[in-house]
Amino acid sequence: MDFLKKNVDKIVALLTVMVLALFALRIALFLTFSPAGEGTFRYWMYDVLGIEAAAGEERPALPPNQVAWPFDGPLGQYDMASVRRGLQVYRESCSACHGLNQIAFRNLTEIGYSEGAAKEIAAEYTVTDGPDAYGDMFERAGRLTDYFPSPFANQNAAMAANSGAAPPDLSLITKARGDGPNYVYSILTGYGDAPDGFEFNSDVTNYNPYFPTWEILMMAPLFEDMVEYQDGTEANVEQMAADVTNFLMWTAEPNLDDRHKMGFKVTAYMVVLTILLFFSMRVIWRRVKK
Amino acid sequence: MAKHKYTGIMGWIEDRLPIFSLLDNAVGTGYHTPKNLNYWWNFGSLAGFALVIQIITGIILAMYYNPSAAGAFESIEHIMRDVNYGWLMRYVHSNGGSLFFLVVFIHVFRGLYYGSFKAPRELLWMLGLVILLLMMMTAFTGYVLPWGQMSFWAATVITEFFSAIPGVGTDVVEWLRGSFAVDNATLNRFYSFHYLFPFLIVGIVIVHIWALHVHGSGNPKGINVKKGTSDTIPFHPFYTVKDLFGMGVFIVIFAVLVFYYPNLMSHPDNYIPANPGVTPPHIVPEWYFLPFYAILRAVTWEHLIPNAKLWGVIAMAGSIMILFVIPWIDKSKVRSMTFRPLSRIFFWIMVADVFLLGVVGAMPVDGIWIYLGQFGTAYYFLHFTVILYLLGKYEKTRPLPKSISEPVIRSEPVIQ
Repeated sequence: MDFLKKNVDKIVALLTVMVLALFALRIALFLTFSPAGEGTFRYWMYDVLGIEAAAGEERPALPPNQVAWPFDGPLGQYDMASVRRGLQVYRESCSACHGLNQIAFRNLTEIGYSEGAAKEIAAEYTVTDGPDAYGDMFERAGRLTDYFPSPFANQNAAMAANSGAAPPDLSLITKARGDGPNYVYSILTGYGDAPDGFEFNSDVTNYNPYFPTWEILMMAPLFEDMVEYQDGTEANVEQMAADVTNFLMWTAEPNLDDRHKMGFKVTAYMVVLTILLFFSMRVIWRRVKK
Repeated sequence: MAKHKYTGIMGWIEDRLPIFSLLDNAVGTGYHTPKNLNYWWNFGSLAGFALVIQIITGIILAMYYNPSAAGAFESIEHIMRDVNYGWLMRYVHSNGGSLFFLVVFIHVFRGLYYGSFKAPRELLWMLGLVILLLMMMTAFTGYVLPWGQMSFWAATVITEFFSAIPGVGTDVVEWLRGSFAVDNATLNRFYSFHYLFPFLIVGIVIVHIWALHVHGSGNPKGINVKKGTSDTIPFHPFYTVKDLFGMGVFIVIFAVLVFYYPNLMSHPDNYIPANPGVTPPHIVPEWYFLPFYAILRAVTWEHLIPNAKLWGVIAMAGSIMILFVIPWIDKSKVRSMTFRPLSRIFFWIMVADVFLLGVVGAMPVDGIWIYLGQFGTAYYFLHFTVILYLLGKYEKTRPLPKSISEPVIRSEPVIQ
């Protein structure tokens, strides 16, 4: 027992070193002999550190382009002119396949439309209502209280019309993807001709390296001058992609402007209060001898 | 009438219900506290504060939330978009959960470092662990409520683990889910539990504070202090103001998170409505569960032992259960690591190990992460059994001071 007592530090250290060494050996063996794959050290080297894209592996999406958005940062606010242009792009392009089921026409007054203008936009849509007094469903023009109608009757119809993959609803898309706004922008601007030797796994997909597998079912949705902006902004692909991203960030997070404004007030107030509390503490604690 | 210092209406009430002296003895001038508590002692009151925030925002959210598989996701979006300041309540509640765990984890590590679990505070420590277990159940059931993809699949994966129990596994899983699969019945019962558990936590917190007041707060030197000596000061005003300052710092961090990075702690997939037909590529829990998730998945030797999944569940449960018995594993009479040089090193290795497990928990069970997870798990249990025992028994500790004031030659009264 005396021996144990004298050498406890050495014994504990030895024990720990032994366990560490055993696992280091195991990991070294693994690194040397295991195949490269997701979750392995090699995968980490290739895709996190970007050292080399491993051939033959599933193609992970490229990291999205980083764009400076007007809503970024503590003082960021939406560029409402861009959000409205984005609505136009959504209505003239995206809405053919993608729903926007969280947004009602009444919400459009929040991005700068008058109530009358929002009513006019709503009236351009046809919605199904009912049942009426006779028990029949009927169609009528949209009202402020209606939500953007879905382009497909149901999930199965959406899948049937799109080679088996239903186009996702866009209301929350910028929050439902990692680095959402940059992801949406990168997808929209990331189309191009596949490089030589690129092998498609499917013949209905399109080349887009910002999408996992680099193959996306959606065809390039934006073309130069496909919309005519009322404010005279040039409608190139980057502009339209940025506008629709601004719009979709608003649909996902309509209270961001208020949140940022309130956050500034709350944080500033609390910082001042905390400083005052700190000095109150110092004054009160002066009475305590060490 | 009883003797007390209260007069007028307060005196009248105090004669019939001694509530003022109770409060004064709990968090007022009647509670004698060691004078050398450092900022790590702020986290107990911060945890209480976080609990109150969660309960208040939770009750408000419950007024608008619809606990049904068909309506849950929609009702959350209704709260975010149409309810006045609903977005604020929800972001405070979702981030508040994360910060509650952060504060409680620091509180637990403080207890481990300064030996707060040692005699005579073993029950105080164990009550705290019961609170931690209740918090974990509350957080897990709460995470399911938005009924997004991660909600649904977290519920599926975690309840599925109980199928490993021999003989009755399937029955237990169906009993937990209230159905053959995770569905509306599961959501309803999880909602019911999510509303119940916080009030159980409040109950245990009251007993936790009761137990605290029997022997009083520990202190960074880990020595016993006698009340009324120069070693103690009244809780009020000294620690009330210090706790208020700590709360100020906490709220600033909280505000930055809620107003500027409200979705930092959550997973993008949870903004996709639950879909039993589509499994997300990586199912990960919230960050505060990651070390436990890593331990759960560490046992992968299906070819060596039967029922590896069950051993994973046992290991995960054991990772908390082992903490219940450490007062009897670590037998050192010296509480604070300040006077235990070797233990201090192993304490920080253990902290690093928990961080490693956290990283592993976020990774897919594949490749090197399997071995790192197994190593981390093995070391975790090695620390709380063998290492702690050996250190407690044989470590040569530094001499303890006789009192908190000892290093100072002056022996004037503390309060002037």
